[in-house]
Amino acid sequence: MIREYKTIREVANPLMVVKQVEGVTYDELGELELPNGEVRRCKVLEVEGDTAVVQLFESAQGINLAGTKVRFLGHPLELGVSEDMLGRVFNGMGEPIDGGPEILADAHRDINGLPMNPAARAYPAEFIQTGVSTIDGLNTLVRGQKLPIFSCSGLPHAALAAQIARQARVLGANENFAVVFAAIGITFEESEYFIQDFRRTGAIDRTVVFSNLANDPAVERIATPRMALTAAEYLAFEKDMHVLVILTDITNYAEALREVSAAKKEVPGRRGYPGYLYTDLATMYERAGRRIGKKGSITMIPILTMPEDDKTHPIPDLTGYITEGQIILSRELHRKGIVPPVDVLPSLSRLKDKGIGEGKTREDHSGTMNQLFAAYARGKDAKELMTILGEAALSDDDKLFAKFADEFERQYVSQGNETNRTIEETLNLGWELLRILPRKELKRIKPEYIEKYMPEDK
Amino acid sequence: MSGIITKVSGPLVVAEGLADANVSDVVRVGSQRLIGEILNMTGDAASIQVYEETSGLGPGAEVVTTGLPLSVELGPGMLENIYDGIQRPLPEIRALTGETITRGVQVAALNREKKWDFVPVAEPGQHVAGGDVLGTVQETSAILHKIMVPPGVSGTVKSIEKGEFTVDHVIAVLEDYNGKTKELTMVQNWPVRIARPYSQKYTPARPMNSGQRIIDTLFPIAKGGTAAVPGPFGSGKTVVQHQLAKWSDVDIVVYIGCGERGNEMTDVLMEFPELTDPRNGEPLMKRTVLIANTSDMPVAAREASIYTGITIAEYFRDMGYDVAVLADSTSRWAEALREMSGRLEEMPGEEGYPAYLASRLAQFYERAGVVECLGSDERRGSVTAIGAVSPPGGDTSEPVSQATMRIVKVFWALDSSLAYARHFPAINWLTSYSLYVDTLKPWYEGEFGAKYMQNRDKAMHILQEEAELQEIVRLVGQDALSPADRLTMETAKMIREDFLQQNAFIDEDAYSSYLKQFRLLDMVLQYDTVCREAIGSGADMNKLFNIPARERIGRAKMVPQDEVVKTYDGIIEEMKAEIAEIAEGGEDE
Repeated sequence: MIREYKTIREVANPLMVVKQVEGVTYDELGELELPNGEVRRCKVLEVEGDTAVVQLFESAQGINLAGTKVRFLGHPLELGVSEDMLGRVFNGMGEPIDGGPEILADAHRDINGLPMNPAARAYPAEFIQTGVSTIDGLNTLVRGQKLPIFSCSGLPHAALAAQIARQARVLGANENFAVVFAAIGITFEESEYFIQDFRRTGAIDRTVVFSNLANDPAVERIATPRMALTAAEYLAFEKDMHVLVILTDITNYAEALREVSAAKKEVPGRRGYPGYLYTDLATMYERAGRRIGKKGSITMIPILTMPEDDKTHPIPDLTGYITEGQIILSRELHRKGIVPPVDVLPSLSRLKDKGIGEGKTREDHSGTMNQLFAAYARGKDAKELMTILGEAALSDDDKLFAKFADEFERQYVSQGNETNRTIEETLNLGWELLRILPRKELKRIKPEYIEKYMPEDK
Repeated sequence: MSGIITKVSGPLVVAEGLADANVSDVVRVGSQRLIGEILNMTGDAASIQVYEETSGLGPGAEVVTTGLPLSVELGPGMLENIYDGIQRPLPEIRALTGETITRGVQVAALNREKKWDFVPVAEPGQHVAGGDVLGTVQETSAILHKIMVPPGVSGTVKSIEKGEFTVDHVIAVLEDYNGKTKELTMVQNWPVRIARPYSQKYTPARPMNSGQRIIDTLFPIAKGGTAAVPGPFGSGKTVVQHQLAKWSDVDIVVYIGCGERGNEMTDVLMEFPELTDPRNGEPLMKRTVLIANTSDMPVAAREASIYTGITIAEYFRDMGYDVAVLADSTSRWAEALREMSGRLEEMPGEEGYPAYLASRLAQFYERAGVVECLGSDERRGSVTAIGAVSPPGGDTSEPVSQATMRIVKVFWALDSSLAYARHFPAINWLTSYSLYVDTLKPWYEGEFGAKYMQNRDKAMHILQEEAELQEIVRLVGQDALSPADRLTMETAKMIREDFLQQNAFIDEDAYSSYLKQFRLLDMVLQYDTVCREAIGSGADMNKLFNIPARERIGRAKMVPQDEVVKTYDGIIEEMKAEIAEIAEGGEDE
């Protein structure tokens, strides 16, 4: 039997203290009933003796200490999952907001999920062709990877994420796919951009949207990505789908977490974020992956905006330590009109080496990739030197590298948001650009591939 | 002994009625019997850190103490296995609960059904004490597991078995001078937070061969030494750790994935059985124990994982083996410590870390070393501890990096700008150091002659000089440099690109023998010497830098180990001939 308490003693948004409770457990979900009949949700953060500290998911406005009732439901926050979720739009707490009917749940799942047994993970190694050269050629995405986009305010990360969602496919495969999109504290316009894009390509029928917009309760944001991942896990590991999860914007999520932590008067870590931010983010990001014996997969693209364009800020920093690489957008390239403005050098995909090469992409992929990286790095150094000392100060080789760097940005990086390049096109373009350089500098490619793909006579 | 929960706050649980429990006892919490450990006692109330998720736990639930501290089971069956932070075997958990880890799972660390072929070494009537070998078990094709008398136990062997037994079976009975008998099995229990005893500790004097050129030649680590690998994300910490786990010339590797990515452990699980040890041709997995407490697994067990790992390492050390412990990452361990400290409402030190952070880290690293093991045969074993550090923003001025640097002797500083230029391993040669260079010098000189270390010093000198010259180039351009300085820059570039860079994903390059390292560096330095002479006699610098042999030197690291001597001799001959030709031409003009 569920008991009701009218013993709220303290409300300090987003926390609330309830006295004289019995049988309440940690992490349990609760419901508040306001005098006017409105129902709001909360969860237990700490319970000591007969006192429970609970966190509200919505605003505390209108709560009357005497007249408000609290019920504890005996289970943690759950999401009812079903295949019918595809094509639907939910709010940040998992309630439908598209005017459609309630979801008839197949099962109810704790949104916190369970840690995946490392011995049951299948290593991601299937190449995903995104059609974006800087990703396919240099920072290859594989199925089951978590690859965030580190952006800055004012950069077109949404366009790149939408492009990936639109173009991504596994070569030679025609499998069941789905997109789970979680809007975490972003604006209506940004959220609508994605939804319109899904609509334009017809992907909307295979998409589940969880939407917590900028004017929705901030604390609800703590639940939103977990709702999305719970839905994704169900679709991937029980319905055998290949799920692409887009979470945007993780910065808003971390800020909501900081808000709750500050209200709890916890000892803050760096920049006021709680000391457990790493662990908290990890319990979300690590839900991506593949499992042995399961057909489906979860590939995750979290998007975050780096405050002050600073990569060492705790949010991008801790994210980078958990995720398997990062795609970094550059304000400088954006100013130059390069679309998408992917900053190639600090970007990285940790799983690329297992997803490329003969039988997956092409035998020359690894060598040319390393060569392009190294040559671009040297070219950029040369250009830097050139701005200080003038072109005359460069050696002949360095002049070629500088030219290479320019051409590389212009042709390879700047492909636009509508161009969908095959991996062959990307690799061949790489060879085209390497021709600018002296052959003896191509140390990172096996000589037989140089012979094969860049014959001397030409 | 049981108590009642009064408070639950995340992984911290407070229970009353535990007056008889000891600090550090393992307890079972709630109806799901979650595993926890007592941190503090106040009156009869115990603060408990729970190693599993506490959701659904509330006041009134029961807590039962086991009366024992957190311990590991030591015996045959650990190799090739993968454990969580408190030594529960993950493959067996998977068989029980599927792909995710549900709570309250209880699985024995060592398989109770598997039979091992026990071959006695001790004989009835023989007097044995702690550390003496009773017999052996061929645990994997690579490792002979020695079954030892546990520390603190001694007596005369009354009987000893021979044959195939499970780990629980009594394999020997000892009788002490009072006539009391003690039955011994193949399993020992040992509390993880206490270092296993040894008879004597020594200064490390032999290098650990890692097959990584920048490590073995420039910044070597000794067997029994300590090292830290700090670096921002994306700088290749994990690849360096994996390379060390793969190629180090130790007998046993204990790899602790502490709060890191799940896929990295999967990678090890998939790759190591396929790779063979260059020394004995056995699959690398046969000598490896994995501890995986990934970042999504409960935070308290992460705190325990590095102790679990090093205790297992000490146990193999006690058999007389060289063991390497790789902990990735100690920063995540420190964060777990911070989280528990915060929940206990302790007064924080720097950046919220508890004041005892540095002493805990020091205790961990101090468990490394070369020792004479317990036991009468005076065998020696070693534990080498290598910890990755993940400083926030790559800034090593933070407490974990600083506390680590005060303890460890080798510092391989990873650098993100090297990683961007795809210079791997991205170990910065200017900021890294090894305090073992002097102690290991006699060993290198004994094995390869004085030249090995002379070349090392010369290479370090050239790299140092390059850094200074680069400052000048940045200000006034390359043309301002003298030909000799230009050559120094060129040689430094060769050292960096042709020697230090090493590709972990190409078979020929992933492991480099001492011979190959020596010959490769020597070849680069010979080029420097010969060119310097030629420049002295007026040869054209640009021609010297563009001789065809340069391209061959650039590819020399891809030469398979057994062809090194022949091929390198050929390249050197060609190089000298080409330079001589240019030098003569130069004089003619």
